[in-house]
Amino acid sequence: MKEISKSVIKKDHQPKIDGSALYVGDYPQEGMLHGRIVRSPYARARVVEIKPYALPEGYFTVDHRDVPGINEVHIVKDDTPVYAEEIVEYIGDPVLMVVGPDEQEVLRIASEIEVVYEQLPAVLNVRDSETAFFDYNFGKGDPDTAFAEADKVYEEEFETGYQEQAYLEPQGMIATFADSKLSIHGSLQCPYYVHGAIAKALGLTPDRVRVVQDVTGGGFGGKEAYPSILACQVAVAAYRAGGKPVRVIFDRREDMEFTSKRHPSLSTYRVAVKDGRVTAMDIDVIFNAGGYTTLSAVVLQRGIIASPGVYKVENIRVRGRAMKTNTVPTGAYRGFGAPQTFFAVEMMMNHIARDLGEEPLAFKQRHLVKQGDPTSTGGIYHFPVPLPEMIAEVEQMSGYSQKRTEYNAAKPGRYRRGVGIALWFHGAGFTGSGERDHIKAVTRLHKSADGRVEILASQSDIGQGIKTTLCKIVANELNLPLDHVTYNNPDTDRVPDSGPTVASRSLMTVGELLRRAAIRLRSEWKDAEDQTVEERFVEPDFVIPFYIEKFQGDAYPTYAWAVSAVEVEVDTLTGVNKVLGAWASFDVGTPIDYNIVVGQMEGGLLQGLGYASMEQMAADQTGRIRNNSFSDYIIPTSVDVPVLQVKMHVEEYPLGPYGAKGAGELPLVGMPAAYMAAMEQALHQSIQHIPFSAEDALFGTAHE
Amino acid sequence: MDQNIVFQLNGERAEYSGSATARLLDVLRDDFALTGVKCGCKEGECGACSVLLDGKLVNSCMVAMGRIAGASIVTIEGYSKTARFAALSAAYAAVSAVQCGYCIPGMILASEAILAKNPHPSEEEIRDGISGNLCRCTGYNAIVTAIQSAAKEGNGLW
Repeated sequence: MKEISKSVIKKDHQPKIDGSALYVGDYPQEGMLHGRIVRSPYARARVVEIKPYALPEGYFTVDHRDVPGINEVHIVKDDTPVYAEEIVEYIGDPVLMVVGPDEQEVLRIASEIEVVYEQLPAVLNVRDSETAFFDYNFGKGDPDTAFAEADKVYEEEFETGYQEQAYLEPQGMIATFADSKLSIHGSLQCPYYVHGAIAKALGLTPDRVRVVQDVTGGGFGGKEAYPSILACQVAVAAYRAGGKPVRVIFDRREDMEFTSKRHPSLSTYRVAVKDGRVTAMDIDVIFNAGGYTTLSAVVLQRGIIASPGVYKVENIRVRGRAMKTNTVPTGAYRGFGAPQTFFAVEMMMNHIARDLGEEPLAFKQRHLVKQGDPTSTGGIYHFPVPLPEMIAEVEQMSGYSQKRTEYNAAKPGRYRRGVGIALWFHGAGFTGSGERDHIKAVTRLHKSADGRVEILASQSDIGQGIKTTLCKIVANELNLPLDHVTYNNPDTDRVPDSGPTVASRSLMTVGELLRRAAIRLRSEWKDAEDQTVEERFVEPDFVIPFYIEKFQGDAYPTYAWAVSAVEVEVDTLTGVNKVLGAWASFDVGTPIDYNIVVGQMEGGLLQGLGYASMEQMAADQTGRIRNNSFSDYIIPTSVDVPVLQVKMHVEEYPLGPYGAKGAGELPLVGMPAAYMAAMEQALHQSIQHIPFSAEDALFGTAHE
Repeated sequence: MDQNIVFQLNGERAEYSGSATARLLDVLRDDFALTGVKCGCKEGECGACSVLLDGKLVNSCMVAMGRIAGASIVTIEGYSKTARFAALSAAYAAVSAVQCGYCIPGMILASEAILAKNPHPSEEEIRDGISGNLCRCTGYNAIVTAIQSAAKEGNGLW
């Protein structure tokens, strides 16, 4: 293990464990006003009238007419209104906010205010939607000829459901407008996203907006774009609050029902096979985007770029669409579109192998990409692809092949076992030219005269440990004790924009900028002087420029890799299954802190298993999300997967700090495929959708 | 109608005047400013608001104030001053078991409840003992390891 990988006590350990860390809901509420959002009860409707309501003194409401700037939340395309104007597009679309000094009174008023709607026809099922927010097409080779010359053509459809981030701390913001400046703090991943959104909605110059990240109780993507929406709503209220802070903290039900979650998907794969080899894939991916576009464009891009999996396929045709429906807008969740397509491609490969009479792992191994091969977008896998070694590691940990053979030969009884394996990657960092063209990250190091160094960057520690790992990098280059390097929660008044905390980019991209900054500071170091150095992002030379209009070039500079095996036992009387074990090898390059990285891998892996099974979220016939509490939306507990083993395989990325590459999202992405492959072996049936419930398992075995 | 309720809070006498049906969680956070007691769901499902009631682990969102007259309540603010806490904190730190931190005050009190009942619990007993405390970050392995190691290192404390 490299010296830098050795674990330290996390920078934020003490205040979090002794309860003294202040999350946004923990600030003393004296003198604050409370806000409650009044939301549309209909999936699609015209707002006819907000009926006059005799508000008690000190109470007021805000709606779209109170937005001082432009009534749009800046995300990617800015179609999300701060408050709905004429039309509401989903159940939960915010119409107004009630604000006042007593929280209970605010809740009462919010429940009594009458909004008159004229209901309009709504599209609730993505199959019925005719509005594509985004429609992308790309490909390579000559798929038509490959299909014409194929020995056999396979076609299957795969579905995936919602997944709720279920961070333990619900969303919340506190905003104050004083001295012509809007200050806001809260639970968020991307201070500068919030900053830009507020400046636009309030019509303020950037210097009159200040965003500070509070200690944040988990994000997983759920606090990437949504906080911009909530922040604008709270900021508009604060603008009218006469200098008093306005506080909005969601309860669990409001958070689960109305904030963004993973896109449900529908993927159709047509695959041509000739001489036992996949020669072409024709892939059609549909994501349910919900009522507004939010992040759907970029989620879809990542999803479809990954859609041929880790396999070398010469001829590819891909179409991806994000369809509008009158449901809650979907957005970022760890994996960002890739878990949907990896589920589909991995299951597809399993099914083809089964039909060919070959073991799925052997079939997949014959198709693996390797260093130097072209990617789906005509880029190149520039660095070694360590999948073969990682497969061997997982074999050793899990006994996969031996169990596979054993369970294939087992007689079907009440309890049946199965084991499955999945292989996947996660493109490290932003898709395409995002870093170069949009983010343009800037970081600084500030050295005080006493020789202590502060990192100035906009990364949010949301539990992933970035506070600790960035400090480790800088301390290492400057040869300082770790406690002489500090990193405070970002405050846009003090730190430059080093980009958002998303896309598994923070450590790899910003960490490397800080490493370079530290090297420069070391060479310019003057004792007893105050010094600042700055470092800006430069695209690595080897990268083939990516053009999003054509989906051509290197979508990612490098990739993190994963192999996982899952073993299950199904009780065919009840349909309930137990995960007997989950084993994985993950390559995220050099771990900058072994414990931190393993914690990321284990946590993400378990989220992936939940996604495939118990995490079920559905809407009723009116379009309302039914599973809006931890009673109805079940996430894994400590007893669900007692055997969960992770190994770190290190394939260093020369342009990441000490060889590190993207990590956070990887472990979730392919877990559903490994899990469902095991379920297929146990149940002797094909699985085409997740989440896969006990009822689904019973339904399959009932026909035997 | 307001009631006067006297109880022990983190080892000291505390008095509350208000509705007997108020949630212990809200009273601890709003009246006593003990914000280490986190609110994750208010429905008894997540365990973030766990406290010790006469030594037993409870979700404070599911306890009415009327129930605690004469009882002893320990929150993370009180527990963090103990030697047992120091042992648990060191064990959690050694394996980086704290990620976002929101479940952690409750998880620490769940750890205490496990070890108070059985100073040398099996892995199964530990997993069972924290199964009412949801953690979305860690996958639970590090927390289980930390409790095992606290049991070993803190020999004699429990």
